[in-house]
Amino acid sequence: MAVTRNADAVAPVRKSSPLAIWFARHVSISIGSLGRLSRHPFSSLMIILVIAVTLALPAAVNLVVKNARSISGSWDNALDFSVFLKQAIPEDEARALGRLIEQRADVDSVLFVSASQALADFKEHSGFGAALDQLPDNPLPHTLVVSPSAGHTSASMILLHEELGNLPETEYVQVDTEWVQRFHAILDIVRQAIAIGAALLGIAIVVIIGNTIRLDIENRRNEIEVTKLIGASNAFVRRPFLWTGFWYGLFGGLMALALVYYGLFLLQGPVARLAGLYQSNIAIASMSLKEAAAIVGIGVFLGLFGSWFTTARHMRRIEPR
Amino acid sequence: MIQLENATKRFPGGQEALSGLSLSVDRGEMVFVTGHSGAGKSTLLRLIALIERPTSGQVIVDGQNTSRVKRRKIPAYRRQIGMVFQDHKLLYDRPVADNVALPLIIAGVGHREASRKVRAALDQVGLLHKEKQRPETLSAGEQQRVGIARAIVSRPKLLIADEPTGNLDPDLSLEVMRIFRRFNEVGVTLLIASHDIALIDRLGCRRIALEDGRLQKQPEEEVDPWL
Repeated sequence: MAVTRNADAVAPVRKSSPLAIWFARHVSISIGSLGRLSRHPFSSLMIILVIAVTLALPAAVNLVVKNARSISGSWDNALDFSVFLKQAIPEDEARALGRLIEQRADVDSVLFVSASQALADFKEHSGFGAALDQLPDNPLPHTLVVSPSAGHTSASMILLHEELGNLPETEYVQVDTEWVQRFHAILDIVRQAIAIGAALLGIAIVVIIGNTIRLDIENRRNEIEVTKLIGASNAFVRRPFLWTGFWYGLFGGLMALALVYYGLFLLQGPVARLAGLYQSNIAIASMSLKEAAAIVGIGVFLGLFGSWFTTARHMRRIEPR
Repeated sequence: MIQLENATKRFPGGQEALSGLSLSVDRGEMVFVTGHSGAGKSTLLRLIALIERPTSGQVIVDGQNTSRVKRRKIPAYRRQIGMVFQDHKLLYDRPVADNVALPLIIAGVGHREASRKVRAALDQVGLLHKEKQRPETLSAGEQQRVGIARAIVSRPKLLIADEPTGNLDPDLSLEVMRIFRRFNEVGVTLLIASHDIALIDRLGCRRIALEDGRLQKQPEEEVDPWL
């Protein structure tokens, strides 16, 4: 066995740039981490599933709120009064009354809905179209839809409500959109609750990933010690674990998307049936591309953060003995 | 290459592994550290490798005072030193070549250059034909040679070895020592802890004998100059 230091003398190898080496290392480490996950497919899948469910939960509730909002959005914002006039009031008198009310300072506009128009609208939207044709005459009165002016207070609304009700021509005053406002307020609370819940679930993901990686670190303690002994920095021994966290987050996020889309797919049929029953064309709003990307992005971020947090604590602790 | 000035290592509990030890190893020397277990051999090597720091006194390696090496700089410091261990400390989840390549990967050497250097190092310990095997399929002597290849793959100027022949039979021990000898011939400084006095005497190198953390007053036996 001839020992020479001739290795340097052999044909010079083209040296790669440090950046190219760095990049190639990262690619090889990331693939290595992926390989490590695939070596324990069942336990890896379990962790990914836990992350996916944790991410999918707030995403799904958010989607429900979004849909509820878009459905209720058509009845929208302002508080409107429907003033149903007595049956006996003729149309021109009703129109004149509408113009009169419109001049009040606390009223923005008055929309006159004639009895025939109301019936036509009702036929179109209610789904009782055919049945209504059987009626001998129009049971509906003329209606004034009174929109209050902007900057109304609840006291001024009570007053307006009372005064409209006291008009001799008025049969009944209905505050149309009060419940919509209540509904929106509830949705806002649900939204807030989702935000709080999502933050808690995010912490749960960080803990899950952190704990998984901590076990991984314990299992590879010997390897970490040996590599540190021959001169590896904390950053070097940390890298594969950060990649592991990245993969958990990425796959967790993708699987969460799959779960949400599968849920939407399951709901598509029943919703279409319901819409059919109401002769309407409600469809479930799906996630936008941005929302879908956000779920995956959050997964990756939490994965990286969980592994970063854990490795920061443990890599320093493990020193060669 | 290595200077210890009055180095003391006291463990919590007051027990002293080294007590005011001063010694010096010149560049290009091959020196053995002998002594019973507990004499302080391992502690000496651990101070040089910066696995531990002296309680008092100085340890200077290749002109660097180890007490001035900051924690963050320890990895870079260790990369200048080749280390061989009694239990090899190989990673059993990857082939021989990957084990030997580890110091180069840590140092950020490119793949092609690394594999060339790995083959050169394995060739030097006579294991080039086993580069693709897993360490556990190798004999103890071969595993130790893999450990040596890993220690020298990045061409350190200093190589320290803690009982490198501790688990080997005499023939394999001699083989390992011959390999060390050849590195020494090309200029590597070696500091080897061993209690195999008969073997050391055959090699005829300088001996630093430790006893209770101090230099021994008189060597146990004279080195036969004719051997």
